[in-house]
Parts: sequence; C-alpha cells; structure tokens
Amino acid sequence: MTPDDPCVGVDLVDIAEVARSVQHFGDRYLRRVFTDHEIACCQGPPEVAAGSLAARFAAKEATIKVLRPDGVRPDWRTIEVVRLPSGACKLRLRGSAARLAVERGLGPFTLSMTHEAGLAAAVVVSGSASGYDGTPTMERHHD
Amino acid sequence: MRDQIRQVLSEHARLPVDVATLDDQDDLFRAGMTSHASVNVMLGLEEAFDIEFPEAMLRKATFESVAAIETALIHLRSVTA
Repeated sequence: MTPDDPCVGVDLVDIAEVARSVQHFGDRYLRRVFTDHEIACCQGPPEVAAGSLAARFAAKEATIKVLRPDGVRPDWRTIEVVRLPSGACKLRLRGSAARLAVERGLGPFTLSMTHEAGLAAAVVVSGSASGYDGTPTMERHHD
Repeated sequence: MRDQIRQVLSEHARLPVDVATLDDQDDLFRAGMTSHASVNVMLGLEEAFDIEFPEAMLRKATFESVAAIETALIHLRSVTA
C-alpha cells in the first residue's frame, strides 16, 4: 500500500445488542460511547433509536479500523457522526482520534451507514490528503 | 477476582461458548467477543468493581483475556487506592 492509497474500514453491529446495552446501562452507556450531538440525533421509540445508535457505533468502529491504533484506541466520543442540516452524516474527529489521523496522514473521511433487518453497518473511506484537521468535509465547504 | 470477572463475562460478553470452558489466558476476541460486547464488559466490570477505565486503558489488550482483565483491575485499584 502506498501513502496515497485510500483506506477502508467496515463494521457491522447487532441492533438488539445496542438496545440491550441502553436498557441495562442507560445513560452510563450512552454518555460513555456517544456525544451529546449523537444522542440528540438518536431520539425516538427505543427500537428506532437503537438502530441509529448502532449505525453510529459501527461508524466509530469502522473509523478505528481505518486509523489502526497501535496501542491505546481513541475514546469512542472522539469519533463523532455529525448530522448536517441536509440530513447527510459526516465524521468529525477530535482529540486522540484527530491526532492519530494526522500522524497517519489520513483524511478527509467519507462515511456511509445503513441499518435494516436487525443489523447496522458502516463503511468509512479515507484519502490521504495533507492538512486534514478533523472537520467534516461539507462543513468546510460551507466556510 | 477471576470468578467475578467470569461472572461479568457471562452476563455481557455474549460469547458463543460457555465462559467456564475458557482458560484464563484464552483470547476472548478470538472466542467471539465483538467490539460492542467489549464495551458492555467494560461497563459491567466498572459496575462490579466500582472503578472506571481511563482512556489510556482503552486498548484491545486490556479486555482480551480473563488474566489481562485481572491485571488491568489490579493496576486500576493500585492507582486509585
């Protein structure tokens, strides 16, 4: 693989597992894994919320697979799925995740998520553009 | 401590095999623990042992076996005592 090759990460999550975690651990689970923005975006009936949360968890894990941490893995909340006013979702990296992306020369990131039939999946693709700072691409275009 | 760890694993790791059949050194991820299940294991351990895993300990190796979890818990208790 050359430095210019895109990196791809994929992850699959059982939605019932996420629903079970929310039911068992409640806020402690939500606040440990998801940001305030993500929690606000995943309101609604429990089964609907669990699907949205599961897709976001899959996005975080897919991003981890792209970042390939050697040891300590970034806190889940440093990888955020941002829902834009258009409804499209983008990744925003902060803290340790953003630092790792810079160290690896990765970014910007492209995200696709889906959930159906009890499963949620996410695919993350990263280019190797220099100067990436973790900001969602579409937000940068709005600057 | 290992019995308590195994209890947490049986409740939250969602392994396709009985935890009792695993050795202390067996790799839990290879035994079928998913990354999401490892979050539940972490929260279950925090609940059971009244501790909190800091970001510096959020590595796959921390949760990869009963023995590794025990080492992590002993370390956490020593730094918070």
